[in-house]
Amino acid sequence: MSHPIPHTDVIRTERLERVYPGAEPVHALRGIDLRIQRGEFVAIMGASGSGKSTLMNILGCLDTPTKGEYWLDGVAVSGLSRDERADLRSRKLGFVFQGFNLLARTNTLDNVLLPLLYDRKRRIADPEASARRVLDRVGLGDRLDHEPSQLSGGQQQRVAIARALVNDPTLILADEPTGNLDTRTSVEVMALFQELNAEGATILLVTHELDIARYCSRAVELRDGLIIHDAPIANRRDAAADLTMLQGNTGLGAVHSSIFSSHA
Amino acid sequence: MPEQLLHATHKWKNLFKSATTSLLKNRMRSLLTALGIIIGVGAVIVMVSIGQGVRANIQGRISSMGANLLTVSPVRAMTGGVSQQATRNTLKPEDAEALRAQVQELEAVSAVTQSRQQVVSRNGNWNTTIQGGDPSYFDIRNWTLDTGRTFNESEVRGRAKVAVIGQTVVTQLFPNQNPIGQQIRIGTVPFTVIGTLEEKGSGFGGNQDDVVIAPWSTVLYRLSGERYLQSINVSAASPDVMAVAEARIQSVMRVQHGLQTGQADDFEVQNQADLLETASSVTQTLTLFLGAIAGISLLVGGIGIMNIMLVSVTERTREIGIRLAVGARGSDVLEQFLVEAVMLSLAGGILGMGIGVGLAALVTNLMGMPLVISPLVLLIAAGFSGAVGVFFGYYPARKAAALDPIEALRYE
Repeated sequence: MSHPIPHTDVIRTERLERVYPGAEPVHALRGIDLRIQRGEFVAIMGASGSGKSTLMNILGCLDTPTKGEYWLDGVAVSGLSRDERADLRSRKLGFVFQGFNLLARTNTLDNVLLPLLYDRKRRIADPEASARRVLDRVGLGDRLDHEPSQLSGGQQQRVAIARALVNDPTLILADEPTGNLDTRTSVEVMALFQELNAEGATILLVTHELDIARYCSRAVELRDGLIIHDAPIANRRDAAADLTMLQGNTGLGAVHSSIFSSHA
Repeated sequence: MPEQLLHATHKWKNLFKSATTSLLKNRMRSLLTALGIIIGVGAVIVMVSIGQGVRANIQGRISSMGANLLTVSPVRAMTGGVSQQATRNTLKPEDAEALRAQVQELEAVSAVTQSRQQVVSRNGNWNTTIQGGDPSYFDIRNWTLDTGRTFNESEVRGRAKVAVIGQTVVTQLFPNQNPIGQQIRIGTVPFTVIGTLEEKGSGFGGNQDDVVIAPWSTVLYRLSGERYLQSINVSAASPDVMAVAEARIQSVMRVQHGLQTGQADDFEVQNQADLLETASSVTQTLTLFLGAIAGISLLVGGIGIMNIMLVSVTERTREIGIRLAVGARGSDVLEQFLVEAVMLSLAGGILGMGIGVGLAALVTNLMGMPLVISPLVLLIAAGFSGAVGVFFGYYPARKAAALDPIEALRYE
């Protein structure tokens, strides 16, 4: 089923278009050409209505483009059936959402195990061991029996990140992962993403906040369904360092202004 | 192959676990939803068990009465499909005499008559059935004497006012007393108690010990004031001569009643197989009727399951979205909800079986019948409740499987 295109790009799209049909068809994407390589940490930016959610859904194999081609890790996605896309998500993708989207009244371990229920090929030999390992990795190895309601927002998002890691994905897609978190917790989550990226994970992060995008290595900005800007982040911030500053300072307001002074 | 097997086991274990968890999260709702199935399956078990108990009981009684028993009873004469004569007015005492004299294949013959009367002793007052018969009646109907004696031929001829009483009547009229030789009044006629019957227990058709047996002549002429017998009970000498005896009885009776060739019998001769058939046809009708009720209740139960599964799918739209996003296929979601629906109805079925067996045990115990639980019926009941789950769970499960993950994730 793989398209014979020999390249190592994690993501490659050609003239990707998405039209929502209706009385007045909406052109959400008007021709996106995007290449993301292994090990990149890319921020997709844009105001609401810019098409970034639509792009995210297509890149996440949840939606299909009206026109154009999309290869995920060398696999042509555009012509795949619903089941084939589900299998592709199971094999190659990890999702992190704004609202965490954990199963309520289900403990941390079972939440993280969820993607492996659908691991048809049994790529992960010992699901529980994998789940414990990624939970240790995000620092929640001692919270296995806790349910989401017993965890803080930051902890819940770290469970969600562990869930995104458990199937050993090629790409992690994070849709506004800090949208529901306070500043400090946001920086904590970004520190975790930076660590994972440093360990080799390819991460695509959708955000409308410049402050968050500054922790990534590259920013792609969308407007009206087109990429208007695509460049490396010039003065990339180190979340771990910011966290130390936050802990060292007495007043949060002062810290906030010092970290985010660049666009104040 | 072993790896596939392992995978399948793993998958079903997870499906089972997630269904259990989800059903237990809403205990009350699950229980109420399963109630329809519980009642339906319970009803099936109770009715089938009672039906089978009745059958076994009748069979038991009939075999205890002896396979050789034949009953001659009056029949309504029919002309053009219309019943012309009332029953009970064709069998005369002379008919019994004629059978006794002319049919060699018979071992015993007893005229039978019945009358419902008030029976009074010094210590009690009781309304019961007075059965009239010949001395052979006790043998033919399998009565065993407890104390005293039965009446003899000369007492029948003399219309003697003597009675043999059952254990219930003993308890009612002679508490802590020896009834033998005591005087009782049946209707307006004074009788002497000459014997008591051994306890038979209650059964289909009521309490068998609630009975008084007296000479048929006394009951007919002194109590009920009638001229005709209710029936004539005879026992053939051996099972081998049953058919011959039946034919001989028929020809003797036709002569007795002066029936011309071409005229229909105004009596009928029934053997035990006929009686059993009549009784089973009654229980069969009852079984069909209750079966219909059970079917309707299973249907309503199934609709209840469908309803609650639809609610559940809506409530868990977001969960479905998450599952689809992390790699579940539509078929995975379908299986999950289907397993949940089947589990709900199967649990209801099993609970219903338990309740049904309990109720059947109670009812059969009260009616003094044997409790018969057939494993086949339990298996069918379980199969049916499972099938109800599949049938009514499929539509909601399909609805869940067809959800768009993007929409589902956005659902509040």
